[in-house]
Amino acid sequence: MAVIEVAGLSKAYGRRQVLEGVSFGVERGEVFGLLGPNGAGKTTAVECCEGLRRADTGTVRVLGLDPVKDAHRLRPRIGIQLQQAQLQGALRVGEALELYAALYPNPRDWRELLDEWGLADQRRTPFDKLSGGQRQRLFIALALIGNPEVAFLDELTTALDPQGRRDTWELIRRIRDDGVTVVLVSHFMDEVEALCDRAAVLDGGRIVATGTPAELIARSGTGGTLGFRPTAPLDTARLAALPGVTGVEERDGRVEVSGVGDFADEVTGLLAREGIVVTGLRIREHSLDDAYLALTRHDS
Amino acid sequence: MNHTAQHAAHHTAHAVRRLAVAEARLFLREPLTAFFGLAFPVVLFLVLGSVPALRKTSPGMHGMSTIQLYAPILAVFTLLLLGLNGLPSLLAAYRERGVLRRMSASPVRPALLFGALLPLYLAVAVVSVLLVVVAGPLLGVALPRQPLGFLLAFLLAAAALLSIGLLLAAVVPSAKAGNAVGALAFFPMMFFSGIWLPREFMPALLNRIGDFTPSGAAVQTLQDAWAGHFPHAVGLLTLAAYAVLAGAAAARLFRWE
Repeated sequence: MAVIEVAGLSKAYGRRQVLEGVSFGVERGEVFGLLGPNGAGKTTAVECCEGLRRADTGTVRVLGLDPVKDAHRLRPRIGIQLQQAQLQGALRVGEALELYAALYPNPRDWRELLDEWGLADQRRTPFDKLSGGQRQRLFIALALIGNPEVAFLDELTTALDPQGRRDTWELIRRIRDDGVTVVLVSHFMDEVEALCDRAAVLDGGRIVATGTPAELIARSGTGGTLGFRPTAPLDTARLAALPGVTGVEERDGRVEVSGVGDFADEVTGLLAREGIVVTGLRIREHSLDDAYLALTRHDS
Repeated sequence: MNHTAQHAAHHTAHAVRRLAVAEARLFLREPLTAFFGLAFPVVLFLVLGSVPALRKTSPGMHGMSTIQLYAPILAVFTLLLLGLNGLPSLLAAYRERGVLRRMSASPVRPALLFGALLPLYLAVAVVSVLLVVVAGPLLGVALPRQPLGFLLAFLLAAAALLSIGLLLAAVVPSAKAGNAVGALAFFPMMFFSGIWLPREFMPALLNRIGDFTPSGAAVQTLQDAWAGHFPHAVGLLTLAAYAVLAGAAAARLFRWE
């Protein structure tokens, strides 16, 4: 069952068109990524789902409700982490959680969240004294305090160090395992690749691709590269003629073959038939990073 | 009221209570604001009252002592401080930092914050006024002789000054501007309250103008009630008009982000 249905969503700020005919759906229990470069409209799209902004045209349904008209019925069932927000400077972590728990009809135990998000030692620390990572974890905890069915997390690991990011990913997986649908706004491809079941790529206010990370990589037409050092002379023209191969480069005795699909099998097959032994074999599969760059590349 | 509505009302009341508790803690964590809001009026009252000359009654002041004139001025001081210095800078900072935006992403309307802040500020003002009132007899200032009129005048004065604070908070673009505009309004209002020159000593024209300022009307109505007269309707209506107009304008103009 679709938890979020967005169809033909458009939004302009004054004369600047931010979203144009955006459509996507999110299924219950999945982690859905919205990715794209800065200014692509990710945050606006997600704010239309949260009911913080009104769509100019198009329909948005979250848990079957209109996020703006039915805000009073929807808000208790969703959790929101905003990209840029702060709390009262002198408000302590424990107090903030206790306060926000009181704003929801069916909250979680805030002490539990304090432990879960590694904030137990900061319970009495005022917001202004928290590190970037601690603030981020507090905001994620606040997004979960109402026992949401859907959690919207906007650029959640921006302020975190690498270890903090990995820990956060683990917790996001736990949230998902608890049955919460997660919408993740991100511009980190590794994050989307590691966490998301499906993702939509936004660029210039339009969706340019939707699918699983693997599908996005395949659709972008970027495959991978195979590099090696042949121990006997090799005719690179024959490599270039193999199915799937898109380019061959030879430099200082090292050959780099790039291609899509099963090109690597073709290359190794040819080498075997010719009886050419290679050294320094390296295969690099293109990541979502490459796919993302290919999908959002502007030919200008 | 059906069951769901009853439940929602109960939940809203709970949320407002928690908000008020949180804001009260934050208020007390600012030692300077807490001191000036709660204790400064009574401290100044006692200091002035310790000067014998200021306790002397004089026929030139309708048989009142200078300290008697100061009692209602100091009763209004906390309202001026909270309304003009407190609310605009606090709410503008909350808006600038995204505190209001964060709250608007929760199930409650951020307007509930007003439901927490206004009673809190009213309570602070009541404490500070009560301290001045009960300290009065020590300095030869009797308790207000017209308690009902005193209560009415105080509530209207609080409504007027806190509404003006909300209006300033609604229109200032930033916390910095909130401080500046608050201070800009604070000093003339202090002047018309008579804190530097009691209204009795002002030239007639200035005194008359003062009658129609929120602080002047507040001090005059409280002074009337203190002396045992029911406050003049013009003063009460002036305060009520400020409360309604500023409150309505604030409600229309307030931006959450």
